Amino acid sequence: MMTPSSISWRFLKVWRRNLLTYQKIWKVNFITPLLEPLLYILAFGLGFSGMVEGVNYAGLQLTYTEFIAPALIATAVMWNAFFETTYASFVRMYYQKTFDGMLATPLSLEEIILAEVVWSATKSVAAAVIMTAVLGLLGFIDFPAGVMILPVAFLGGLAMGAIGMFFTGITPTIDMFNLPIFLFITPMFLFSGTFFPVSNLPAWAQPMALAFPLYHMVELVRRFSLGGSQTHPAICIAYLLLFAAIFLWLAMRTMHKRLIN
Amino acid sequence: MENIIDVQNLVKRYNGVTAVDGLSFAVAPGEFFGLLGPNGAGKTTTIRMLYGFAPITEGRLRVFGMDIARDWRVIKSRIGVCQQDNTLDPDLTVEQNLLIFAGYFGIPVSEARLRAGELLDFFALTHKKDAKVMELSGGMARRLILARALINQPDLLILDEPTTGLDPQSRHQVWEKLRALKQGGLTVLITTHYMEEAAQLCDRLVIVDHGKILVNGTPAELITRHAGGSVIEIEGPDQALRDYIAQNEVACDDLGRKLIVYTTEDSPLNTVIREQFCTARCTFRSSSLEDVFLRLTGRELRE
Repeated sequence: MMTPSSISWRFLKVWRRNLLTYQKIWKVNFITPLLEPLLYILAFGLGFSGMVEGVNYAGLQLTYTEFIAPALIATAVMWNAFFETTYASFVRMYYQKTFDGMLATPLSLEEIILAEVVWSATKSVAAAVIMTAVLGLLGFIDFPAGVMILPVAFLGGLAMGAIGMFFTGITPTIDMFNLPIFLFITPMFLFSGTFFPVSNLPAWAQPMALAFPLYHMVELVRRFSLGGSQTHPAICIAYLLLFAAIFLWLAMRTMHKRLIN
Repeated sequence: MENIIDVQNLVKRYNGVTAVDGLSFAVAPGEFFGLLGPNGAGKTTTIRMLYGFAPITEGRLRVFGMDIARDWRVIKSRIGVCQQDNTLDPDLTVEQNLLIFAGYFGIPVSEARLRAGELLDFFALTHKKDAKVMELSGGMARRLILARALINQPDLLILDEPTTGLDPQSRHQVWEKLRALKQGGLTVLITTHYMEEAAQLCDRLVIVDHGKILVNGTPAELITRHAGGSVIEIEGPDQALRDYIAQNEVACDDLGRKLIVYTTEDSPLNTVIREQFCTARCTFRSSSLEDVFLRLTGRELRE
């Protein structure tokens, strides 16, 4: 029953439902993105950077802290979106039966899935806003170009939310999310040019890093906060769009198989 | 007038199991229609097909004269579904559950507030409107699910075991509300395995087992047709009684320690059994829908 007619603007009603529940615990939701960059900057800026000379990246000479600060925003986007459409969506789908209730209304499953993914991207933007503000105050982000980090967060959130939703569609139990986190998220977190440039990787490993959506997010955030990047922004944007579209489609397919039977 | 639900030779197979095996029935406007059967008979599967949750394998299914595969959005906007599981949104308050749900139907906010207020009032939940769903008792949660199913002022209400797990007080209260809705002319499809519930509420019902319809009729008709109207339960029946019953071809169920005889109120059999065969204890009572159900679907456990 997956036809173009199964997707309408009605999905925004489901998005609004998630916004309402987010607002209820907004204080808790704000603490993590507020503290996380401070902790990382403290740990790497003070504790770690003494051991590192400085980083030569895209023709820019950066201190180690300057190098990783933009990446922190990108990884926060990744975690926020991925956790939302894996653990949080799984709880809504499986334990709370929220999707079952919604499916007895004129909503389609495709609209529910789209809303979950768009919501995860929205949540990523909220985290990015706070982190950009904090890191901006600390002088790590150039404005006004830094404002562009927010649409990047939305696009990256869509890509990560979509693949998270795909895993929700195929994961039998909630404990099994350890698998994609260990096999996919952790390597991506470490090898996407986040904590060291991808050019430091052996030649055979570099193309693999380029396949990670986080790499493209990090590149885009660096472009808009430092003014330089290794890969052209158009390529990064195109890759993230394609990644989001493919996994959104796969997420809808697997969730359809899982719930409509 | 056109039927609200029209089901013909409906079949549902999944993973090699035939859950629904050629079901046919129709529900007329204003009718309170019961779908009865033991666990695993195919009731919930049928209901899931009615609101598009499960695609049909074979057969024809029309709701409001429309095809669910094509006109699902129109159909779903005109029905209210009270699912078996508690699908209330635990992240929201009682009132928000109604308002957010109204949003899914595209009901404007001001109208939704008005209807939510009325429904909370009708289901005696106004004092709980700001409570969390988790804080509600089983009966209150069930009433809220019913209220939520009515937020779109449906032309058809589908109830999947609406009183399972409720205490007698809550159950009677739910019945009271359902009767009031029926008086208002609402068409209702209900599944239940409480025979008393079906007997009290349904205008007409079908008993389903192994995905097939066994009987179809009003509760009174079915009782007369399949359980006589009067029942005698004889404890510790002796061989003489068994012989008598076999000779006279009396309708009965032999449970070993107990014999259940289906008869009619004015049958001479009553006197014969009372005077000749009541060795231990005999109970004379009117037959019920439960007798019909057990006679037709058997007494062995299903799960």
